[in-house]
Amino acid sequence: MSTRISVLKTYKLYIGGQFPRTESGRATALSGRKGQHIANLCRASRKDLRNAVVAARKAQPNWASKSAYLRGQILYRAAEMLEGRAGQFADELRLQGDSASSARKEVDAAVDLLVHYAGWTDKYTQVFGSINPVASPHFNFSVPEPTGVIGVLPPQAPGLLGLVAAVAPLVAGGNTCVALASPTHPLSAVTFAEVLNDSDLPGGVVNILTGLREEILPPMATYKDIDGIAAYGTTAAEQALIGENAALNVKRVAFHPADALAGDPYRIMEFQEIKTTWHPVAVG
Amino acid sequence: MPAKKKTNAPPAGSATLAADPANDFRLGETYAPAPEATDHARVAPAYGLFIAGAFVPPASGKRFATVNPATEETLSEVAKAGPADVDKAVAAARKAFGPWNRLKTTERGKYLFRIARLVQERAREFAVIESMDGGKPIRESRDFDVPQAAAHFFYHAGWADKLEYAFPGRKADPVGVAGQIIPWNFPLLMAAWKIAPALACGNTVVLKPAESTPLTALKLAELIADAGLPPGVVNIVTGAGDTGAALVNHPGIDKIAFTGSTEVGKQIQRAVAATGKRHTLELGGKAAHIIFEDASLDQAVEGIVNGIFFNQGHVCCAGSRLLVQEGVADLVVAKLRRRMETLVLGNPLDKNTDIGAINSRAQLERIEALVQAGVEEGACIHQSGQKLPEKGYWFRPTIFTETAQSHRITREEIFGPVLSVMTFRTPDEAIEKANNTPYGLSGGVWTDKGAKIFGVTGALRAGVLWANTFNKFDPTSPFGGYKESGLGREGGLHGLAAYVNLTHN
Repeated sequence: MSTRISVLKTYKLYIGGQFPRTESGRATALSGRKGQHIANLCRASRKDLRNAVVAARKAQPNWASKSAYLRGQILYRAAEMLEGRAGQFADELRLQGDSASSARKEVDAAVDLLVHYAGWTDKYTQVFGSINPVASPHFNFSVPEPTGVIGVLPPQAPGLLGLVAAVAPLVAGGNTCVALASPTHPLSAVTFAEVLNDSDLPGGVVNILTGLREEILPPMATYKDIDGIAAYGTTAAEQALIGENAALNVKRVAFHPADALAGDPYRIMEFQEIKTTWHPVAVG
Repeated sequence: MPAKKKTNAPPAGSATLAADPANDFRLGETYAPAPEATDHARVAPAYGLFIAGAFVPPASGKRFATVNPATEETLSEVAKAGPADVDKAVAAARKAFGPWNRLKTTERGKYLFRIARLVQERAREFAVIESMDGGKPIRESRDFDVPQAAAHFFYHAGWADKLEYAFPGRKADPVGVAGQIIPWNFPLLMAAWKIAPALACGNTVVLKPAESTPLTALKLAELIADAGLPPGVVNIVTGAGDTGAALVNHPGIDKIAFTGSTEVGKQIQRAVAATGKRHTLELGGKAAHIIFEDASLDQAVEGIVNGIFFNQGHVCCAGSRLLVQEGVADLVVAKLRRRMETLVLGNPLDKNTDIGAINSRAQLERIEALVQAGVEEGACIHQSGQKLPEKGYWFRPTIFTETAQSHRITREEIFGPVLSVMTFRTPDEAIEKANNTPYGLSGGVWTDKGAKIFGVTGALRAGVLWANTFNKFDPTSPFGGYKESGLGREGGLHGLAAYVNLTHN
């Protein structure tokens, strides 16, 4: 009796709601602990980065103009999709070297984090906005608005939870982003893109590249159409590279340790701009 | 362009209303002079550096003159702080930080209330010195700069014992020693914007005033000593860019707060990148001021005048790009040109004066160079016909029509009384043009339609938006920019974040 040959997955990039291969045609092989071949990952180029930023820029105003309620529902939908595919994610995390129990825990935590941020979308403006009692006859209020397009370096591990922790607060706050998946845990990042794509998240809101940090970080740091960078678990040299180049266009920069993964509304606020509006008050 | 002296007469071929006697609306010349008295304003012939609660001479012994830009007379000689002086000031601030931070928060607040009261008590003296040192009309320094400075201290005083309510779910601790660098356009007010929130949050500071306007900060130092503030909590070092650089690069500084040009702001962002120093930046702007045809045009014209000619246009949030809907463009420009002629230009200490002196010769030359570029690039210049005083640095209110988005005068911050006018047809076109700039500090919208106000202000990428008003400020109202106009906010609840480190409760 012949055994069935399983159908293996081709892991690709996620740009503008589509799954293209890298324009460079390059691949990096991912191997398991015993050296067995697992998959070929696209090694994204700076051109892929550019395509992703263009997609993110195009998607941003539309995403920011969606109601907070709708953004919350879409994030919640992503949690539902992830929950439903928990087994697939657990398997992939195990392929990348995690134990069965830690893989399952990680997927559960990622689902819960998505639910957490889904609930923040229509609350953070109330918690962090204000009406300001100015000493003149004006109505004056301040609201947070998304910064724009954010470059993301998620932690190397955990591969799934780290990506969700880095990306979800940005998306909850109306930003769009380009994330470079962890080079050691790229599988769950690409599969997470499928979850997002099944959640009514408009194309271009989250773009995910796989590739080498040393290749993608320099063009990301110098890219003038990227408004901010959220980086987790970076070295001092990487932080200097990001920080010094941020001055090119006054990028907003946030560094976090690799294990700073808890849900936190201040993580939404670090890529929000405060807009203050004045209007005279009068009768007639 | 070669530097010219007081030659901002309109270039050949440009139109001035004054050329036609029928258009001569220069009512200003009919006012009798009403100069503010200066005998009560005490300016010492020389000032030292304010370090650890006392004025001390600079280590190098070097001083520089601060000049009245309306008369070109030297007002005082101030100390030029070098690296050794900055080091001393930072050490004093560091030493003062622990006790200041441990002081009961209610008592910390009471010091700030004291300072607010002292500013109010000596308001007229501060206003006179501000106008003498910086060239701004006494009406503005008296009615805006000084009262707002007092209000900033008063507002932030009250925060000192209430910080636990400011950041939900977090504990707020001071950052440490703040290095603060301020510009010359609102010298006392910027000092208040910087010092008040820093102190309220438990930090100590080293402040560097601008080279051309150090006097009111030094007078504030006297007042801070009168208030009995513990030595070292506030230190003031005078000097130019190299003094600022010494402060930015000093390893004993925990946080930099800078207000000034985008160019210098970027240098600072680069300099602190690998240091972990906190930083907030209030940088340049090129605000769009949008006039829809359904606006109250006479009110809008007053708003435009205030938006660009307030403080000679030396305002980072000045409404320097006027976007007028096509149907009313000719009418608005005609009204604007007529109104421009009525502005009283001259002695900053005269209570009738609307347009004072340009802050420095260097700034005058920058304005002249950009205006020249506007003419050369083909825009049509209109200048009012006021007579300029013999001495001092002056520039006539100026508007450009027929401008393109590619012109330097519509892209670069001029920081002078120069307005570029463009037109638009649809709201979408106005929004697109307004946002077509690397800056994002402020913006203005005039329309009588409520829904349009929220629709358009919502779409503008800028930190402060004025609808049917312009250039309004308040200590409770956060101020700061999007994009290359800066990082962080000053004022209001949101401004406190710049001066605290947050940890989980």
